[in-house]
Amino acid sequence: MNFDLTDERQMLQDGLRRYLGDAYTPASVSAIDAAERGFSPAIWQGLAEMGVIGALFGEGDGGFGGAGFDIALVFEEMGRIGAVDPLLDTAILGGGLLAALGTDAQVSSVRDVIDGTMHLALAHGEPTSRYDLTRVTTTAQKTPTGYRLDGRKAVVVNAPAADMIIVSARTNGNMAEANGISLFLLPADTPGLTLRSYPMAGGGQAAEIVLDGVEIGNAARLGPENAALGALETATARAILAISAEALGLMEAIRALTTDYLKTRKQFGKPIGQFQALQHRMADMLIEIEQARSAVINLAGHIDAPAALRDTHVSATKNLIGIVAKQVVEESIQMHGGIGMTQEYALGHLAKRLTMVDHRFGDTTHHLERFITLAVA
Amino acid sequence: MDLSYTDEERAFRDEVRAFMAEHLPASLSDKVKRGQTLTKADHEKWHAILNAKGWLAGNWPVAFGGTGWNAVQRHIFDDEMTKASAPRIVPFGLAMLGPVLQKFGSKEQQDYYLPRILNGDDWWCQGYSEPGAGSDLASVRTTAERDGDDYIVNGQKTWTTLGQHANMIFCLVRSSKEGKPQEGISFLLIDMTAPGVTIRPIVLIDGEPEVNEVFFDAVRVPAANLVGEENKGWTYAKYLLTHERTNIAGVGFARAGLENLKRIARLERADGKPLIQNPHFAARIARVEIDLMAMSTTNLRVVSKAAAGQAPGAESSMLKIKGTVIRQEINALTRNAVGPYAMPFASEGLTEGSNAEPIGPDYARAATAQYLNNRKLSIYGGSNEVQRTIISKAILEL
Ligand SMILES: Cc1cc2nc3c(=O)[nH]c(=O)nc-3n(C[C@H](O)[C@H](O)[C@H](O)COP(=O)(O)OP(=O)(O)OC[C@H]3O[C@@H](n4cnc5c(N)ncnc54)[C@H](O)[C@@H]3O)c2cc1C
Repeated sequence: MNFDLTDERQMLQDGLRRYLGDAYTPASVSAIDAAERGFSPAIWQGLAEMGVIGALFGEGDGGFGGAGFDIALVFEEMGRIGAVDPLLDTAILGGGLLAALGTDAQVSSVRDVIDGTMHLALAHGEPTSRYDLTRVTTTAQKTPTGYRLDGRKAVVVNAPAADMIIVSARTNGNMAEANGISLFLLPADTPGLTLRSYPMAGGGQAAEIVLDGVEIGNAARLGPENAALGALETATARAILAISAEALGLMEAIRALTTDYLKTRKQFGKPIGQFQALQHRMADMLIEIEQARSAVINLAGHIDAPAALRDTHVSATKNLIGIVAKQVVEESIQMHGGIGMTQEYALGHLAKRLTMVDHRFGDTTHHLERFITLAVA
Repeated sequence: MDLSYTDEERAFRDEVRAFMAEHLPASLSDKVKRGQTLTKADHEKWHAILNAKGWLAGNWPVAFGGTGWNAVQRHIFDDEMTKASAPRIVPFGLAMLGPVLQKFGSKEQQDYYLPRILNGDDWWCQGYSEPGAGSDLASVRTTAERDGDDYIVNGQKTWTTLGQHANMIFCLVRSSKEGKPQEGISFLLIDMTAPGVTIRPIVLIDGEPEVNEVFFDAVRVPAANLVGEENKGWTYAKYLLTHERTNIAGVGFARAGLENLKRIARLERADGKPLIQNPHFAARIARVEIDLMAMSTTNLRVVSKAAAGQAPGAESSMLKIKGTVIRQEINALTRNAVGPYAMPFASEGLTEGSNAEPIGPDYARAATAQYLNNRKLSIYGGSNEVQRTIISKAILEL
C-alpha cells in the first residue's frame, strides 16, 4: 500500500495549485461573473498549456494520464479554489465519449479539446428524466441521408460555450429502455437546435435545449446505434469521480476558511474558536472530510474496474459526498454567523458550488438506493 | 388535557379564515407561494388591509390600537395567515418597537409613533448588530454624545434587514463608557433621512439585497428621541428580544413548507414513479413531519402557558432551535426534490416585474434560493448556539 502521489502527479499538483492561485484573482472572478460563457477563456488556455486537460486523457487518446488518480488530483485542485472552468463537461464527459466512441474523424476533435480550442457539452438529461440515465424521450428518426432529431434537453451544463454538443436520442425502444439509445455529435449552430442559456447557482452556465426537426447526416452518429448506454454509464462514473473530488477540494477550502475565521473573529472578548461548542463541531467536520477523502480514493482506485464493482464505489462515494457536503455547507455558514450569508465573502461561492454537487449525476437518495441494489440487497 | 380548540377559539379561527379568503389579494398570495420577493408596496398594501380590519397589531393592547388578543388567538391568527400564504407582518415597528414604546416610551412618543406604525407612515428597521457586536451585543460601539438638546451619533450598524425601505431606525448606542458594557447603552430613535446617515446594501448568497450597513457620521438626534432613561437601553433591548421571539417556532411556515414539499414530491417523477413513492425520499419527509407534529404541540404547550399570564422564558429558546432546524430541513428536502432544476440561478424569476418563463417547473425556481436564505434562521434573533447557552444556564442551571 502506498498513498503517496507519484513524482509526476506531485509536480502536476504543485503546478496546478500555483497556477490557479495566481489565475483566480478578485479581478478575474468579477470578469467571469460578467462574461457570457461563465468562465475565463484566458484561464482555460492556461490550463491547456499546463497540460491539465491532457492529464485527463490516456496516451492512446493523445493525453498523458487519464487514470482515476489523475482525475481526482486535478478536480480536487479545481475545487480548492472554487474554479468554474468546464473541465468536467468539455473533457470528462464530452472528450471522454469522443475518445471512447468516435470514428477517426470524430476522435481528432479530442486533440482540439486537449489544446484548449474546443468546448463540448453532453445533452443527455431531459426535463423529466431526473437522474435516470435510461430515460430518453428525444427521438432520432431515420431519414434518407441520416437522422432527424426532436426533443428537449434539460440543464445542459456548458452548452452556451460549446462548439459541439453530444445529444442522446432514441433510435429504438420505449422511454426507459436500456437498449435503443444512440449518441450524435452536432455543431452547436446546427439549424433547428435552440438554446436558452442561464447562469447556475454554483457558477458556470447551462442551457435548456430544444431540438425541432434537426436534420443531420449519418456521419454525425457517435458510436453504435442503439447501444450508447454503456458508454454513457462509463462517462458518468468518471464524471462522478471528478465532481466528488472537486467537492472534496471545496470542503478543504471551506474548512480552512472557517478555521481561520474562528481564530480571528472575536466575541465576548476572545476568538470564537475558543468556545468548545464550536471546537467540537469543527472536529466533527474534519472527521467527515477525511471520510470524503477516503471515499474519493476508493472510487479513483476502482474507476477502471468491472462495471458492477466500479458502480458500487460510484454510488457509495456519491452518497457519502452528498451527505458530508450538506454538513460542511451548513455548519460553515452557521459558524461564520452573518458574514457567512453574504455574496461578497469567499464562503458564499464555495458553499453554493458544493451544495450544487448533490444535483448532478444523482443525489444522496438516488445513490443510496442504487447502492442497496448493487451491494446490500 | 384537551388537544382541541375551545368553541370560542374555533369560531375565531373560522372568522380569520373567512377574512383571509375574502381580503387577501391573490396577487400577494401568489408571490408568497412562489417564493418571490415582496416589494415595499406589497407589504404596505397588506398592512393597510389588516389595519382597516383592526388586526394589524396582534400583540398590542386595545388601548394602543391593538387587538388585545391572548397568545392562543395570536397563534391561531399566525397559523391562518401562513395557511393562506399571506405576506408576513413586517416585525420591526409592530412586533419589536411597539411593545418597547408601550412599556418604556414617553406619552409623547406613544402618541406620535404608535399610530404612525399602524398607518404605515413610518417603516422601522432594527439597529442592534454592529460589525464587532453580533452574539456579544453588549459590546456595541456606536456612540451617542450629549450636546445641548441633541445627541451626536457616530458609528455603524450592520445586517439591517430591509433598511432600504426604512425611514426610521431604533438603535442601541453607547452613551457611557463607565461600568459594565451593559450599563452604558441607550435606546435611541433615529430619523434615517437626517444628515450624516448613509446606507449601503449587502447582497446575500441568494442574490438578494435583503440587509444593509447603516453609517452614522455626526448625526444630530433630538434628545426627545431617547426611549426611557439614558444608559438603561440594555433592559429595553432585552425586553424587545422576548417579543422578537414570539412565534419563533414558525410552525405555520413549517407546515406550509411541508405541504409544498409534498406537492412537489407528488409531481416530480423518479424512475417512472412519483418521487413521493420512493421509500428513501419518503422516509426523509416522514422524519421531519414526525418532528413537526411533536414540535407544534411543544409550541402550544409554551404558548398556552403564556396565555395564562406566564411569560415564556427560556422555553422559547427551545422552540427557536427546534423550529429553525425543522424549517431548514424542509428547505433542504425541497431543494433535493426538484432535482437538477435546483441548479439554474433564477434570481430574475424571483423579483418583481419579471415575466420570464421559469426554467424548469415553476415550483423549482425558488428552491435553492430559499434553502440558502433560510440558513439565516439559525443565525439571527440570537443564534442557535446562544439559545443553547440560555437553555443550559436558565433551565438546566449548569
Ligand atoms: C439575514 C440576516 C438578517 C439580520 N437582520 C438584523 C437586523 O435587522 N437588525 C440587527 O440588528 N441584526 C440583524 N441580524 C444580525 C444577527 O442578529 C447576527 O448575525 C447574530 O446576532 C450573530 O452575530 P454575528 O453575525 O456577528 O455572528 P458572531 O456573533 O460572530 O457568531 C459567529 C458564530 O459563533 C457562534 N458563537 C458566538 N458566541 C458564541 C459562544 N459564546 N459560544 C458558542 N458559540 C458562539 C455563533 O453562534 C455563530 O455560530 C441579521 C442577520 C442576518 C444573517
